[in-house]
Amino acid sequence: MKKLGKIYMALVLLFLYVPIFVLIVFSFNETKSRSVFSGFTLDWYVRLFHNRIIISSLINTIIIAAAASIISTILGTLAAIGINSMKKLPKTVVMNVNNIPIINPEIVTGVSLMLLFVFFAARMNFEFGFGTLLIAHITFDVPYVILNVMPKFNQMDPHLYEAAQDLGCSPLKAFSKVVLPEIMPGVISGFLMSFTYSLDDFVVSYFTTGSSSQTLPITIYSMTRRKVSPEINALSTIIFAVVVIVLLIKHTVETRSAHKSSAQGG
Amino acid sequence: MKLKVFSAPYLIWMAVFIVVPLLMVVYFAFTDDAGHFTMQHISDVGQYANIFVRSVWLSLVATAVCLVMAYPVSFMLSRMDKHRQGTMLMIVMLPMWMNFLLRTYAWMTILGNNGILNHLLSLVGLGPYKFINTSGAVVLGMVYNYLPFMILPLYSVMVKIDHSLLEAASDLGCSSRSTLLRVVLPLSVPGITSGITMVFVPAISTFIISRMLGGGSNLLIGDLIEMQFLGNAYNPHLGAAISLVLMVMILLIMTLMNQFDPDEQVLM
Repeated sequence: MKKLGKIYMALVLLFLYVPIFVLIVFSFNETKSRSVFSGFTLDWYVRLFHNRIIISSLINTIIIAAAASIISTILGTLAAIGINSMKKLPKTVVMNVNNIPIINPEIVTGVSLMLLFVFFAARMNFEFGFGTLLIAHITFDVPYVILNVMPKFNQMDPHLYEAAQDLGCSPLKAFSKVVLPEIMPGVISGFLMSFTYSLDDFVVSYFTTGSSSQTLPITIYSMTRRKVSPEINALSTIIFAVVVIVLLIKHTVETRSAHKSSAQGG
Repeated sequence: MKLKVFSAPYLIWMAVFIVVPLLMVVYFAFTDDAGHFTMQHISDVGQYANIFVRSVWLSLVATAVCLVMAYPVSFMLSRMDKHRQGTMLMIVMLPMWMNFLLRTYAWMTILGNNGILNHLLSLVGLGPYKFINTSGAVVLGMVYNYLPFMILPLYSVMVKIDHSLLEAASDLGCSSRSTLLRVVLPLSVPGITSGITMVFVPAISTFIISRMLGGGSNLLIGDLIEMQFLGNAYNPHLGAAISLVLMVMILLIMTLMNQFDPDEQVLM
């Protein structure tokens, strides 16, 4: 039975990884063939780095993701502070609205924002591009920040903040010395989550960007629509390598801190 | 000091960029170009009943396949020792960190008419078969992309099942089969319901998977919406109407899922 389980697990992993390895192997293929490996080359990587559209959309993606996640983290953390001090009914209403972009299909979020932007673009004379993209990203990022920060408030003793003030802290000082350290892990994970969601987003960006501001996923999409180019494979290989490195670092840090805390806990 | 004021900027943001856009979808769905009320677009959605049926059917099949595939994986993960659990979970979730366009593109190259699968089959004298541009390929793409969305919620519920419960069941005479059916299964219901929603919602609303793997003959609701907004068939009123119907369908399904799961919210 145990053996059967291991075989099953191996098969599922094979299913998950074979497509990625196919991409990687064919990124080194000499010809454009997608089925026969004819010889080793690094040409596609060279071409990739000389591809202006890809490089500029990569830079654009990073700028958008960084800007959107920083703004979202500030907006979301402030909002969480306020929401936390609300009464039950308004709190529930606000949290339900906050959950809409998470529950709604991405395509509906995308087209609803597009309708809004089309309406205002005609009246206020602006174009789809960086601005609309940034607004759209912030809109789907903030809910994740709030969902990460709110539980930290629930875990915290509500009297701590008052106690700090009773002991002579100004409200601002009480906040920065007592509340902020408590919610910080949630703020950081909210930031990281919104940054990765922004980097990876295709659907909402697709409906809210203009031709002036392409993100990497949008460029990838238009590449897959045109004729086959192994540059995509080269790009996938690089992205995969980056993901593996980042996750390995994250994993080592987490295991280490887990060891530490379990050692401290006895 | 009133802490509530801190939420003011985001409350305004929510109103302008979440609530108003959704109201605009509703407004567009029920009006014509001149802004007069009409039911025309909503009733036009009926013409696409076949696409709705196909979308529901294909995403149901994909959700069922995901559930069956993921259940044993999540269970085995949840029973591993703590250290291996973290590593294995990372290995299982890692492909999800690749952009889903690239993951779907990978299947395009595998399933293509001149793709690897047909090439390998031709080596043993079989084929060529038509894999790509079929509804099977669309289901495969959905399963591949959304399987981790099923594994994760199942795992996070199962990992909380105390191992002594399973031991107690077998001590009291349960076979491993009935332990699974009478102990693990009931306790994992919240994971099942949230896994189903997390796979079904993106599957029924996708337009990329159907476009890349389904060719032109396997249009889904997502394709239909996309065509009304960015395609040649530009008609935001009809697009809004279809989006509205899609939202209502998903809301109904989530309410249904919540019925099975009284204490937990179907969310993440």
